[in-house]
Amino acid sequence: MKRYLKTLRTFWSTALAAEMEYRANFVVALLSSLGGVAGSLFVLSLFYRGKDDLNGWAWEQALLVLGVFTLLEGLSNSMLVPNLNRIVQHVRLGTLDFVLLKPIDPQFWLSTRNMTLWGIPDFILGTGMIVYGGVKSGMELPDYLLATIPIAFAFVIVYSMWFMLGTMSIWFVKIANVTEVLRAFLEAGKYPVTMYPTAYQFFFTFVIPVAFMTSVPAETMLGQATSTRILIGGALALLLLLASRLWWRFASRYYTSASS
Amino acid sequence: MSTARRARALLSVYYAYMLEYRAEILLWALSNILPLIMMGIWMEVGKDGSMELTPVDFARYFLAIFIVRQFTVVWVIWEFEFHVVEGKLSPYLLQPMDPVWRFMAGHVAERVTRLPFSILFVILFFVLYPDAIWTPGVIDAFWAIVFVVLTFLMRFLMQYTSGMLAFWFERASSVEHLMWLPYLFLSGLVAPLDVYPPLVREIVLYTPFPYLLWYPVKLLTHGIDATGVGLFQALGVMGAWGLAYFALNRWLWRLGLKHYSAMGA
Repeated sequence: MKRYLKTLRTFWSTALAAEMEYRANFVVALLSSLGGVAGSLFVLSLFYRGKDDLNGWAWEQALLVLGVFTLLEGLSNSMLVPNLNRIVQHVRLGTLDFVLLKPIDPQFWLSTRNMTLWGIPDFILGTGMIVYGGVKSGMELPDYLLATIPIAFAFVIVYSMWFMLGTMSIWFVKIANVTEVLRAFLEAGKYPVTMYPTAYQFFFTFVIPVAFMTSVPAETMLGQATSTRILIGGALALLLLLASRLWWRFASRYYTSASS
Repeated sequence: MSTARRARALLSVYYAYMLEYRAEILLWALSNILPLIMMGIWMEVGKDGSMELTPVDFARYFLAIFIVRQFTVVWVIWEFEFHVVEGKLSPYLLQPMDPVWRFMAGHVAERVTRLPFSILFVILFFVLYPDAIWTPGVIDAFWAIVFVVLTFLMRFLMQYTSGMLAFWFERASSVEHLMWLPYLFLSGLVAPLDVYPPLVREIVLYTPFPYLLWYPVKLLTHGIDATGVGLFQALGVMGAWGLAYFALNRWLWRLGLKHYSAMGA
């Protein structure tokens, strides 16, 4: 365990040093976060034109959902995109060989080798929205702390699904963009799941569990989530993480390096 | 060699390429699911009749958005950036043909590859939700198709112009990340312009964005009268922006070529 922590520190410090070569990208990331959040707020305000309540969600409460979404997007941009979207390259170029030969768990290496700072603007803006919406809805400090639990579950859920789809490139190099499909579906998490029609709610709870990523954390903050709902989210996160582990073991058996 | 023969040769070559990637193209088509997500939420929001459109209107609107998007997807900036950064542009420059035609042929061929998917999707949608079936007027449909073609050309031109920056910067595609935002929020992709505050709508109608999705979609779903924007205004705004972009594009192209030295040269 200690060895892994030490490795992680080395990974991230080298990744950050490499990232500093592209400082201009940070400006782009900042501008696109600001623009993206402004646009999302504008669209949300269109929903609430002449209304204070949409299927049980007040404007401030819906802000919490958007905040959690933006925060998770920041985390994914910093930690998931630079790692999991590169698995396909390792398969195509055959450099996965070197990863497999290292005296460290390959799933750990593939999932943590890189990180960028580009997610920070989203992370800060998301936190800002949560604090603003929380103050307006009368949240107390313990509510925020409690909410970190379902948010952590949410991150594990996103990671597991993303990793499993990214690993599929071991069989199908040509469908590397399958993770883009996942991201497109996750966009639904910008708004509370009960603001969708019933069929959508079913899909976003049981097929792609978007409900557990943004709506449940927001409900937890508001004290509206039953502990069962939070626990189901936790069980789901654990189950998917385990599945990603088994999936990786299964998939890596089929890896046959490039040009063989 | 005549232009028609050249075009035919290019298109058949790129169509063959695209067929090889049909699984990937299907996934790109699926990753364009956003209008259908927004369809759900707008139908729910409009349920109480407080919006300018009814739930069925929203369903038709976003289905049409989904389809128009299938025909107007553009990725030329990534392709151009790749060609410049990797030095692959050089052999094309030696040919007696502007390389833009190759990129254009790739885009057109990809649309044809997507066509069966789009048709199947529309049929499936109408089977699941027969209330949404409608037939646009002949004249409206004609203009909608004209605008879809113009939209594709306009988006291609806009992105190709940003792509010219690849001559000077390694990551020109990050400009596209920024240009994507006004497209996302002002084109009608996530919300029809009908529900915008009037002042915002007035201003937005002078930008090229609403004519890239909202206008052709409204022609198709509600007819020209419902748009409140005449054909001349629409064509005028698009034409003015198009000319400006075209001039900028050719200027940057000439400047860029002088600056360009292939990798390893």
